[in-house]
Amino acid sequence: MKKRVLLVEDEPNIIEAITFLLSREGWHVDTQKDGATAVKRVRELQPDLLMLDHMLPGKSGLDILKELRSDDQFKSLPILMLTARGQMRDRAEAEAAGVSRFMTKPFSNTEVLAAVRDLMRN
Amino acid sequence: MMREGLTGSRIRERRGMVGLKQAELASRIGISASYLNLIEHNRRRIGGKLLLNIASALGVDPSALTEGAEAALIAKLREAASAAQLPKVDVGNADEFAGRFPGWAEVLAAGYRRIGALERTVEALSDRLSHDPKLAASVHELLSTAAAIRSTASILADDKKITTEWRDRFHSNLDQDSRRLAESSKALVNYLDSQSTEQGDHTVGSPREEVDFFLADNNYSFESLETGATTVDELVVQSEGLVSESARHIAKGILQQLKLDANDVGLKNLQYQLELVGLDPILLATHFAVSVSTILRRLGSLTDLNAGLVVCDRTGSLLFRKPTKGFTIPRFDAPCALLPLFDGLSNVGQISHGRVALAGRSEVEFEIFAVAEPVSKPSYNSAPLIQATMLAVPLSSGKASTLPRATEIGATCRVCPKEDCPARREPSILSSGF
Repeated sequence: MKKRVLLVEDEPNIIEAITFLLSREGWHVDTQKDGATAVKRVRELQPDLLMLDHMLPGKSGLDILKELRSDDQFKSLPILMLTARGQMRDRAEAEAAGVSRFMTKPFSNTEVLAAVRDLMRN
Repeated sequence: MMREGLTGSRIRERRGMVGLKQAELASRIGISASYLNLIEHNRRRIGGKLLLNIASALGVDPSALTEGAEAALIAKLREAASAAQLPKVDVGNADEFAGRFPGWAEVLAAGYRRIGALERTVEALSDRLSHDPKLAASVHELLSTAAAIRSTASILADDKKITTEWRDRFHSNLDQDSRRLAESSKALVNYLDSQSTEQGDHTVGSPREEVDFFLADNNYSFESLETGATTVDELVVQSEGLVSESARHIAKGILQQLKLDANDVGLKNLQYQLELVGLDPILLATHFAVSVSTILRRLGSLTDLNAGLVVCDRTGSLLFRKPTKGFTIPRFDAPCALLPLFDGLSNVGQISHGRVALAGRSEVEFEIFAVAEPVSKPSYNSAPLIQATMLAVPLSSGKASTLPRATEIGATCRVCPKEDCPARREPSILSSGF
């Protein structure tokens, strides 16, 4: 059975590129553009991996991360945060909230794939 | 697999321009139309007499079919491949890729150029990000678009088995994102322009920024002060940009130093000696009987030299920064720890001379001189206060070969693409290569 990743990202062409990349790697990719209902979607889909943009309409990636980590069910869910906000403060906040990996845009495909493989190995 | 260039594509293009059908041209040069078709689709190598005949039939110089944009395109693809740290064998295949897929090659090269331009924009602006939320949002938009372009272009470059449907879709995405990038960049420039108009440069930020703008507005040149026509106090009072007391204090210190330097080394005299002995700060310091750091500061004032100049104290805090094209010195973030400026802090009096290249922009190189010297009066049992000074002169290609290998430096870690750097303090918001 294919591993399932939920990509929460509002940039359509990043969604297409990552969907292509991960599908090629054998993943089943679900996508979500809106931050407001992202947590609900995670509960429905129970993904093996969550890829989360930092700046989203409706609710920020950081708030989604905090909400998920406050739920025992998602404490160990691998969460890869993709963001153009590379400041140390944002990174520190995400790490404090329990992000598994933090990656800044513009990232390379190689980095994304390596991070995904690494997260699934651990 | 064959290695072909874009010569065939150029022949096809030229033939179209002169209105010849493929069969007509083939007939004129004595080959079959099917063979010409292979040539025009870069499936057959071409050179020698056949190339001369085709050029003659098309009424162009043979070099017009084999040189120019093709070489530039292949060089750009190789640069992109190297930046992506692709294996050497793949880098060497750039000409084959350009030959087989000239349209895609142009798209990739254009994308790579756009990303390079974007990275330079980000470098110049990143210092201000945390001070301006609107600017941060604009740059976020730019970086997201760049991420989409980068990821998409990388898929097109790497995946040889991509289906036509996906390829067309990604091509369309690249087109959309390129337009979006252009619009976002324009909007950002308009925003910055409006900021400048509405607020005036002097209110942009810290006292240090006020001083930086004051110096830049005067092109780092104060002729009236050098000639004695005005005083330091007059210059500071007259400046509308120096609003805060702190800024005026900092500016006074810089101008007083400049006045002292000018008394010791007149710019016209320095220019004359520079032409006599060349760019040799030790010889110049000996001639004028001044310190090497004085000479470096004076050389930094020579408009024709177009040099960057940076001064720090023994804590590494920057006291003076004069950027020049390609040589960026961050306003807020700590600069690159590999700057030769800092070498002298632990070797007072040692004069560093070498060249540096900017990470990710190896074509931009500077000849540098750096020295740290005491600035306090001698006293017992106390370490002297020292200042380090570094001059960065844009390097002409001819001189590069006489200097040691360039040290690769960045502006500041956050915008430096150099991975695995031993001096890295924090991750970069850029990434290196596809």
